[in-house]
Amino acid sequence: MIDLHGYGPRLFEGAMITIQLGVLSLALAIVLGLVTASAKMSRSWVAHRIGTLYTTIIRGVPDLVLMMLLFFGGQIGINQITDALYNHFGIDIFINVNEFVAGVITIGLIFGAYMGETFRGAFMAVDSGQIEAGRAYGMNHWLVFRRIRFPQMMRHAIPGLSNNWMVLLKTTALVSVIGLSDMVRVAAEASKATREPFTFMIIVAAIYLLIASVSEWGFARLQKRYNAGYREAD
Amino acid sequence: MADTPIPLEVRNITKRFGDTEVLKGLSLKAHKGDVITLIGASGSGKSTFLRCMNLLEQPNEGDLIVHGEQIRFKETKHGREPADWKQVVDMRAKLSMVFQSFNLWAHMTLLENIIEAPVHVLGKSKQEAIAHARELLERVGLAERADYYPAQMSGGQQQRGAIARALAMDPEVMLFDEPTSALDPELVGDVLKVMRDLAKEGRTMIVVTHEMAFARDVSTQVIYLHQGQVEEAGPPDEVLGNPTSERLKQFLAPKH
Repeated sequence: MIDLHGYGPRLFEGAMITIQLGVLSLALAIVLGLVTASAKMSRSWVAHRIGTLYTTIIRGVPDLVLMMLLFFGGQIGINQITDALYNHFGIDIFINVNEFVAGVITIGLIFGAYMGETFRGAFMAVDSGQIEAGRAYGMNHWLVFRRIRFPQMMRHAIPGLSNNWMVLLKTTALVSVIGLSDMVRVAAEASKATREPFTFMIIVAAIYLLIASVSEWGFARLQKRYNAGYREAD
Repeated sequence: MADTPIPLEVRNITKRFGDTEVLKGLSLKAHKGDVITLIGASGSGKSTFLRCMNLLEQPNEGDLIVHGEQIRFKETKHGREPADWKQVVDMRAKLSMVFQSFNLWAHMTLLENIIEAPVHVLGKSKQEAIAHARELLERVGLAERADYYPAQMSGGQQQRGAIARALAMDPEVMLFDEPTSALDPELVGDVLKVMRDLAKEGRTMIVVTHEMAFARDVSTQVIYLHQGQVEEAGPPDEVLGNPTSERLKQFLAPKH
């Protein structure tokens, strides 16, 4: 049997943090992605500009740099605000930026930009005749979106979405630099302490692969559902 | 004595794309039971004119009155737009359109296509809508295709399905935008037969088409458009049987 030198429980906790981080960031990223896609396709040039600024910054700055900026810079920024509040109004609060929250926000922000482009491409792929038919039959904007545009868009979005998720999952490993004990950090510590890096890294790799396999299966089912009615090119 | 409003009237419809004026002040009145056919060469504006009637295109000028209700417009920086989209949505629920490329919703079965608008726009119950849909599918000869997806049907079947979808809304006026132009010749006849039956029943229809035999047999009025203007209009026997304008004579002449 593999000897985990007592690191088993901590590794398990780390894995739970990784998964929670991944899922929560994914939810945030999807919401931000839909908002961004809609901003970039909007008639309002203000919305369009903000959307483009967001995607450009995120895609242009390395994830690691963003993570540290948001966490350390964020903590400093919040400290300055609370200091000012104390100096001017006598209000004494201390807000500690929670590493997990910072991790979710950073990863969510990063992948929100990528999801935005995935969704934008997928929306553009929906045949305009389908939308016209919806309008012609008296559907208002929201009905057209809910009943026609969104379901048809998803078919085109799923490959990109599953791709973004896989990368997001691996990116969660970055939170170790801000001190969050995800499973990579635990494994790294354990490797150093026991001088058996292979043991722990192989386990971590296996867990990532397990999550990836389950995700693959999930996305395949989702794709099948949204493909209903369509003929695949032979 | 109360006046029942006529199903559809448009007055002085003008449409510009950039600097080009595509529709130059067109008017049309559709009384109950009228079958009005719009004919003309490609680019004459007939499809654009039809699409102005349910505001899939926004006319730059002109009035649109559906069942007595006048659609209100407002000026915006993007041009003239409806002042109240709710009014437009309600208006569109009274008109049904059949498209050249069918536009059946690809992710729904034929039955789901037909009940979609009655359930979600008119608020009918699903059972009611399904029962009505099955009757309509019988009428257009597609009862066994109810659970098929559009991609699994031929063009002619899809178009007949689209007509069933249009009928499910029990519309005031049915708008047909070149319904047979995208079909193989063998399939055209089936679709035209359904349309002829509708006309015989007394449906109010406005049809853009190249099918002159259909226009001649079934229309109450034929309108010939050229470059965004009405060149000739009148009963089919006059316009198609005895055209006065040179261009119309050329248009109708057999081209081989």
